[in-house]
Amino acid sequence: MKAMITAFGGRITFIQLAVIAALLMVLLPAITDIYRLNLFGKYLTYAFVAVGLVLCWGHGGILSLGQGIFFGLGGYCMAMFLKLEASTPEATASQTTPGIPDFMDWNRVTELPWFWEPFNSFTLTLMAIVVIPAVFAWLIGYAMFKRRVGGVYFAIITQAIAVIMTILIVGQQGYTGGINGITDLRTLLGWDIRTDSARTILYYACCVALLLCLLASRYLLESRFGRLLIAMRDQEDRVRFSGYDVANMKVFVFVVASVFAAIGGAFFTLQVGFMSPTFIGAVASIEMVVFCAVGGRLSVVGAAVGAFMVSWSKTTLSETFPQLWPVLLGALFIAVVMFFPRGLAGLVSDYAPQALSKWRRQAGRTPPSGDPAAEEPSR
Amino acid sequence: MSGFTTQELFAIFAMQGFSGLSLFCVFLLMALGLAIIFGQMGVINMAHGEFMTLGAYLTYLVSVQAATLGEWALDAYFPVAIAVAFLGAFMLGYLVERFMIRHLYQRPLDTLLATWGLGLILQQLFRSIFGPREKTVTMPDWLLGSYSATDMIDIPLNGLFILAITILLSVALLVLLYRSRWGTKVRATTQNRTMANAAGINTDRVDRLTFALGCGTAGVAGAAFTTIASTGPTSGGQYIVDTFLVVVFGGAASLFGTIVSAFGIAQSQSILSFFWSGSMAKVFTLLTVVVILMFRPQGLFASKVRR
Amino acid sequence: MNNAMLLEIEDLEVSFDGFKAIDGLNFYVERHELRVVIGPNGAGKTTLLDLICGKTRATGGRITFNNRELTRLAEHRIVQAGVGRKFQTPSVYENLTVYQNLELSSPGARSVLSSLFFRRTPELRSRIDEIARTIYLSDQLTISAGLLSHGQKQWLEIGMLLIQDPQLLMLDEPVAGMSVPEREATAALLNRIRENRAVIVIEHDMDFVKEIGRKVTVLHQGRIIAEGPVEKVAADERVIEVYLGH
Repeated sequence: MKAMITAFGGRITFIQLAVIAALLMVLLPAITDIYRLNLFGKYLTYAFVAVGLVLCWGHGGILSLGQGIFFGLGGYCMAMFLKLEASTPEATASQTTPGIPDFMDWNRVTELPWFWEPFNSFTLTLMAIVVIPAVFAWLIGYAMFKRRVGGVYFAIITQAIAVIMTILIVGQQGYTGGINGITDLRTLLGWDIRTDSARTILYYACCVALLLCLLASRYLLESRFGRLLIAMRDQEDRVRFSGYDVANMKVFVFVVASVFAAIGGAFFTLQVGFMSPTFIGAVASIEMVVFCAVGGRLSVVGAAVGAFMVSWSKTTLSETFPQLWPVLLGALFIAVVMFFPRGLAGLVSDYAPQALSKWRRQAGRTPPSGDPAAEEPSR
Repeated sequence: MSGFTTQELFAIFAMQGFSGLSLFCVFLLMALGLAIIFGQMGVINMAHGEFMTLGAYLTYLVSVQAATLGEWALDAYFPVAIAVAFLGAFMLGYLVERFMIRHLYQRPLDTLLATWGLGLILQQLFRSIFGPREKTVTMPDWLLGSYSATDMIDIPLNGLFILAITILLSVALLVLLYRSRWGTKVRATTQNRTMANAAGINTDRVDRLTFALGCGTAGVAGAAFTTIASTGPTSGGQYIVDTFLVVVFGGAASLFGTIVSAFGIAQSQSILSFFWSGSMAKVFTLLTVVVILMFRPQGLFASKVRR
Repeated sequence: MNNAMLLEIEDLEVSFDGFKAIDGLNFYVERHELRVVIGPNGAGKTTLLDLICGKTRATGGRITFNNRELTRLAEHRIVQAGVGRKFQTPSVYENLTVYQNLELSSPGARSVLSSLFFRRTPELRSRIDEIARTIYLSDQLTISAGLLSHGQKQWLEIGMLLIQDPQLLMLDEPVAGMSVPEREATAALLNRIRENRAVIVIEHDMDFVKEIGRKVTVLHQGRIIAEGPVEKVAADERVIEVYLGH
């Protein structure tokens, strides 16, 4: 049991996750209405991306400016399934070609394209949400990391791929729904996802999935693999000349981050009810990096909180002060990078231990003795 | 392509090629500044597009001023506008290096993020000052009209003008970097910062001027841009991804490579867009570049150095 | 072929843009030998180590290690074959503790999956303790490597190689920037670790070379100009001309 707890980073991990779970699943539903809860659920889907970025960027040093690609792939897979379910011949009887999605009909497409076929099946869709982004990330990662492309080159190329994908989706309106995306999604296996009860259930499902991702990330970072990530970030050659195939490690962490993003994307579609190319492009992708940087690029919990808080303030502030928001976002970015590179989580871990040890002294407790193997100077 | 005669095809290639040449000029003017900053300093400047927009707006302001002075001023303002655009972008670049970039040299990825934040702020500032509507510069008469090479081929004069500016600026930069004493200092700093410092080169000053020069070049790009399109707050920003690909594809340390790759990317986008839709032409071109970069990450032209 | 040799390098050649950094080099190292490579700046010493460990690829010639050809092998495979390399500037993982530095360098669990499910064993713990004693860092195990002194980082990196138990250990200027007591401790360390492996040391400092060296190879412009016992080489006229005389 103790070994199990240590493998996830000790008691502190479970305390943090319990606090997050209580906040998200008890406190928030208690104090807000379903409309807000649904919005919060949307913010949480960005947290999946931010957590993935902590793994590959914060710890592994691989900055991807194209995480929107994977968020979008996950989201589009889900949206395609829901769209097909909403496009029964009866529901689309007024179209020239009944039984295909409405936007195809508008664009004079008369037959369901072959790549839409698998999304008639829910099982295949669920598999696609994980497998397609994983394979795509593997291809990009393998091609680049095997040739030692990293750093800014990787960032630029992933960003370019995000741009290419956006142009492609917008340009191929008849097959993808174009700039409007895939809209008017109604039911999941006959269950209306637009009702209040469905939204509540989806919100809870999203919370649970996020907590699982956090737990998995914590395990990964606490393992030997997690230390290797830091080692590779700081001294890549030393790792290579210690007998590791550095490229494999990088590909793996990039794939994990991408799958997390895709899961987030799928939950986005379910809760928001549509998916569009806006969430894929360069701007959306880099905003996800802001979420992660503000929360703390080294802390999975911090990044999740950062994603939630920044996107919440984005909605609030951009409604009230549309002129001010871009300036604030830009300033936030500069400030975090220049003055708080470890983000909110860094601030907390700089000040919380002092407060905690003060509390411990007052309560007459002694701090736990250090195990040389488990000590970690940079948390 | 079966519907066209050979002669028509030739005319299409010539004219699309020429419109590709205008795109090439914008790419190259943007890319030269980026290539200097990235190639010489290893800094990614995501706000580069906004420096170009700044140059374009400054040109617009100069043209508005010129219009109040009368007809003669409208004919002659353009050289002044170029100088103003260069100086404005140069000075802003100088300040940005001094207060931001300088603190981030050890962290290239963070520079990328911070300059993106800067770009966002600048874009919003442009929107607040000049409004979201695009501004069109009043063009001197001698830039309107076109030159008819044959019956079927019409070449707009503003296109020729921007080409001339591009060539002049490229030559000037090449001379400055490879023939001047200052260029030697810049290259020395790139190759070995510590040694350059020890040899009495003020590397901090070199960095600041290099960055400012790159930004100033973007300002000139903005001035040139106004002759072929109108300027909005995001005019420069929308070229940033393409321009980065141009720089990386050309090989980061090679200005010559930048020129070749800007030409290739612009021409293939422009010529393909006649036969396909513009978006597919762009997808195809960018995708080709990305795939080539995956197999040849050092770009087209790269020197072999022991690392 | 003489199978007693651990490392056989024949006709090795590498050029950077036409400049031949290594030019037709023949170089042999026996199984339990400590070899010192000296030579003026730019002689190709570091390039030689780069070629052996795969960091740089040869443009011609062969490198045979334990009868295995290394020139086409990926870097991590060369390490797994038993070649360890210390870099000129100490490269340790500054954000990890000394203990974690050593543990990460231990062989086994080098694939993605095995590193994810790696559990440390009592044997590994005692091995790390033993190495830490050898490199004089027993008391520093829990502090982060970034806090070590320059000399201690050099030792840590040597320790990170020792834990892999390589048959050939290559050290690039291990005492550069060290104080006199640290240098003596390093000489003692080298004499201990050479007992069951071959060691190649690049060094500039002739006093240190005399302290540890038996056999010395002198490189100049990518070629070997002298090889033999340290006293004999030090008296060689060409060596004095290109190197020692300065």
